[in-house]
Amino acid sequence: MEVLLREAKDGILTLTMNRPETINALTTEMLRELGKAIKEASAPEVRVVVLQGAGRGFCSGQDLREFAGQRISYKNHLRNYRSVVEGLAGLEKPVIAAIHGAAAGAGLSLALACDLRIASADAVLTTGFSKIGLIPDAGMNYHLPRMVGYARAFELAVLSGRIKAEEALALGLVNRVVPTEAFAEEVAHLARELAQGPTKTYGLIKRALRRSASASLEEMLEYEALLQEVAGRSEDHQEGLQAFYEKRPPRFQGR
Amino acid sequence: MYENIRVETHGQVGLVRLNRPKQLNALNTATLGELAQAIGAFEQDGGIGAMVITGNERVFAAGADIAEFQQTSLAELMRGLRADQYEVLRKVRKPLIAAVSGYAYGGGCELAMLCDLIVASDTARFAQPEINLGIIPGGGGTQRLTRQVGKYLAMEVILAGRVLSAWEALQHGLVNRVVPVELYLEEALELAQTIAERAPLAARLAKDAINRAQDMSLEHGLGLERSNFLIAFGSEDKQEGTSAFLEKRKPQWKGR
Repeated sequence: MEVLLREAKDGILTLTMNRPETINALTTEMLRELGKAIKEASAPEVRVVVLQGAGRGFCSGQDLREFAGQRISYKNHLRNYRSVVEGLAGLEKPVIAAIHGAAAGAGLSLALACDLRIASADAVLTTGFSKIGLIPDAGMNYHLPRMVGYARAFELAVLSGRIKAEEALALGLVNRVVPTEAFAEEVAHLARELAQGPTKTYGLIKRALRRSASASLEEMLEYEALLQEVAGRSEDHQEGLQAFYEKRPPRFQGR
Repeated sequence: MYENIRVETHGQVGLVRLNRPKQLNALNTATLGELAQAIGAFEQDGGIGAMVITGNERVFAAGADIAEFQQTSLAELMRGLRADQYEVLRKVRKPLIAAVSGYAYGGGCELAMLCDLIVASDTARFAQPEINLGIIPGGGGTQRLTRQVGKYLAMEVILAGRVLSAWEALQHGLVNRVVPVELYLEEALELAQTIAERAPLAARLAKDAINRAQDMSLEHGLGLERSNFLIAFGSEDKQEGTSAFLEKRKPQWKGR
């Protein structure tokens, strides 16, 4: 059985973590597959990526049984996560985490490394790491405080409480919560909406916002002016203008 | 005609593109020779005020040509052809700008550092991985990188093979600007044109003073600056520049 399913359709690449018996616990093999799939997602025909889990939940985090009874170097093992997290952050197109059921530990880390999180009403999030005496990893120390602020990030990381979907929404950890029975449909709808948008521009927006996390106002003003120059030369911008003048909906190509 | 590079003129800017894409623009002796020749020709061209060296979006230059190195004996290398070519580039008097995107490794990083300004794309990466081949940088890497980023980071880059991203390079003063990959060459050409439109004699004298600043005590450096200042002060361009400023018009430089 493949641990990561890939399905490409209408510009939407759906990556499904597929170890349902463990709520898609992450193994070295799955991380390698994820890393590869994210790299391949840079192909121009992919305009949006959806990351989801098979079965009961999104992802329960690192598979603790993978190294049971062994002494492993966490530092070395985290290299496997690094390429996935850097891949998600560097991929210049929208990546949606579609979270149903549990998103725990490094599973939550991966969801936070995506650009948008849409949660089913039954979703339960937890940082989890501190429950086994570990600190958050896989980029959570970067993403979490940027989303919820230091004080809340500290609380979530230290106490590892269960965060229900509505609470996650209030915290700003997820963008949307949708009823469980409508979840698949809402995810598909959002993915389709994005895939029909000016996806090259979305990539530039992502590059700008990612840069802004470590730039001054002056640097950002200079960098965004250049990125706007790039966006301004895109076919989609021309189409957007044209559609505006002609009072019709634009047909974006992602170029 | 050149085999390993392409040469273009954009306004008052001479552009040389390294063009061995299959070899990742590896700087073999022939390529370095053509580069030195093309830059030398621009140096003599009165219509050119600055030069840009670039590769392509994916790779600036991924080092020396390892296959060629493998075949080269010590005696051949000691004839100094490569060193002479680097010297030609180093002694260019007009401003030289590197437009770097993708890999600038080994000789590629050294070539960029030999230039007077570096415009990097946000995908640029700088490294000196020579130690993996049992050698060390031989085109100025140990000297220029150390002067630019300091001893400790230079040690890590050259001994441990650390790769610097574009933003890290900016943070450590190794590049002037980081710009979107889509625009790096345009931005470099624009910067070059801006410089090319300045008084050519003054640009040359300023470049000379700045480059020699690193080798001199402050006292000697100030002495050199004074000499260069006096030369500029005696130029026709100084008369033109000051007059144009007072008359609120654009100066017409003569380069003398």
